[in-house]
Amino acid sequence: MAVLVFTENWDGKFKKLSFELVSYAQKVAEKLNVPVVALSIGEVAEDELKKLGDYGADKILSVTNEYLKTLDNQMYTKVISEVAQKENAKVILFSHNNTGKALAPRLSVKLKAALGSGLIDLPSVADLFTVHKKVFTGKAFVTMELNSDIKVLTLSQNSFKLISSDNNATIEEYLTDIQESDIKTKVTSTDKETGKLLLTDAEIVVSGGRGMKSPDNWGPIEELAELLGAATACSRPVSDEGWRPHEEHTGQTGKIIAPNLYIAAGISGAIQHLAGISSAKYLVAINTDPDAPIFEAADYGIVGDVHKILPELISIVKESKL
Amino acid sequence: MRVFVCLGNVPDTTTKVKFTENNSVFDNTGVQWVINPWDELALTRAMELKEDSGSSVEKVTVITVGTKSAEPTIRKALAIGADDAIRINAEPTDAYDVAAKLAGVLKNEDIGFVMCGIESCDYNGSAVGGMLSEFLNLPSVSSVSGIEVKGEKVSVSRTIDGGKEIISIDTPFVAIVQKGISIEPRIPAMRGIMMARKKPLNVVEVPDTEVLTSHKSFELPQPKPPCKIVNPENVKELFDLLQNEAKVL
Ligand SMILES: Cc1cc2nc3c(=O)[nH]c(=O)nc-3n(C[C@H](O)[C@H](O)[C@H](O)COP(=O)(O)OP(=O)(O)OC[C@H]3O[C@@H](n4cnc5c(N)ncnc54)[C@H](O)[C@@H]3O)c2cc1C
Repeated sequence: MAVLVFTENWDGKFKKLSFELVSYAQKVAEKLNVPVVALSIGEVAEDELKKLGDYGADKILSVTNEYLKTLDNQMYTKVISEVAQKENAKVILFSHNNTGKALAPRLSVKLKAALGSGLIDLPSVADLFTVHKKVFTGKAFVTMELNSDIKVLTLSQNSFKLISSDNNATIEEYLTDIQESDIKTKVTSTDKETGKLLLTDAEIVVSGGRGMKSPDNWGPIEELAELLGAATACSRPVSDEGWRPHEEHTGQTGKIIAPNLYIAAGISGAIQHLAGISSAKYLVAINTDPDAPIFEAADYGIVGDVHKILPELISIVKESKL
Repeated sequence: MRVFVCLGNVPDTTTKVKFTENNSVFDNTGVQWVINPWDELALTRAMELKEDSGSSVEKVTVITVGTKSAEPTIRKALAIGADDAIRINAEPTDAYDVAAKLAGVLKNEDIGFVMCGIESCDYNGSAVGGMLSEFLNLPSVSSVSGIEVKGEKVSVSRTIDGGKEIISIDTPFVAIVQKGISIEPRIPAMRGIMMARKKPLNVVEVPDTEVLTSHKSFELPQPKPPCKIVNPENVKELFDLLQNEAKVL
């Protein structure tokens, strides 16, 4: 028996969320008293694979089939389910990101396993296997029972701390017989900015709303973000108007994020916007309207004009030489 | 080709949520029901493709698992422009059960492609679309932020971290869609509302399927401590709080 964890890589590298997930796997496995098997699909160097052991993987299986270079939901699911069966995995873990959301539901059907998605802490494995997650886009929490022999779980990003381990994990290659003809989705072109800090990975986010008044006023948002090593975000009307790219739209219908700090400038704090940021550890609001709902959700607030407050904040940050 | 759009019937996004029966059941008294926002965007894109003479999409069908109470939401989708609707007559329980029921009906249909929203804004499972594709044993693409149909050829764009990929795919398949597929959802016009009354809404029964999860209890978040208001003449104080109290800088 085992806990199987699917560790995604980005151009051959793992990210913090991969290590969060393996740390989580380590704790789930401890509860069930079974080992952690990590599965990596794609070209990842041995040094990088070894890092999974530093967070608790006991065994690492690496698949480098040339037809699995880009994500094909159907064939990735097939490989993961083969490995799950071979390792007799009782729990299979994914991150609750684009790839995890693409694969976990398919695997759940393939293995007839209950799915617990977007979890925010460890499952309870006493008499019942129960998991804890947000529902109604952050307006409530549910404790859900999973009633099947095998369980598939996805873990929300930034909701579990890293736990190191001194495991000396073994690395094995896993061969599959996937052929070119098995792949039904063909990636014909890729358009990707490399090196840019992603909104979902950022620990600090500076976000602007309609109160910024015009796309020409985004200079201070970008400058502050740059100084703080933060990503930039925006409210939905801002991206709908084309002031900012859609990738920056946060909220119920955009990105759901969990940074340590979220600075909301000229954002009213509509319930649909808050749905995307309710997991932020600290929320700062800058708004001219003292009755704006954002102040009910914020930890710190300034009732004032963004066009005056942001430049002041920028010079203070510069002086402090963060 | 015929496009199927899966519709979720969900509480309006501004609903104040409450629970009954010892916090084990969502209290739906007074709740306003709407089309799940992503499904509405999917339907909007399906209508655009049907209207585009260069695409072979000729029929758009909406499909829902729900009781009679879901019919106003289905009629709204017909008013937006769907040609017909299928209601699988059952109380929707968990994602596995809903996907199995959808598959039970769709496996007998001639599918161009099926569109599902990335998530429902009630239980936020991000699950039905992926599960449905596996039940149907069809290819799926998720994080889809665009679909183009030129004659019979279909390509989709998939959002990836830091960009996007263009994928060519043969029909039939399942697309799990998010923002970008369309931007503003269509709203029904008076003419659409009149026509919707006469459009077919087929109610079908399917055999019982399995439910693998159950909700034990719900809780509301703890109330937050009140916001600390900083004097706008003293922005430095905000900086100090972030640095020394919150320790996030
Ligand atoms: C189904 C549905 C889904 C939705 N999903 C989302 C979502 O995912 N994300 C999202 O953001 N929205 C979403 N919305 C829209 C949401 O309801 C709000 O309309 C939106 O969040 C408001 O954006 P805003 O705060 O930028 O603009 P506004 O509400 O217009 O607020 C602007 C704020 O700026 C302040 N302001 C003005 N001038 C200044 C100044 N000089 N200095 C400081 N402050 C100033 C004003 O006091 C005001 O509070 C959704 C709506 C629906 C119906």
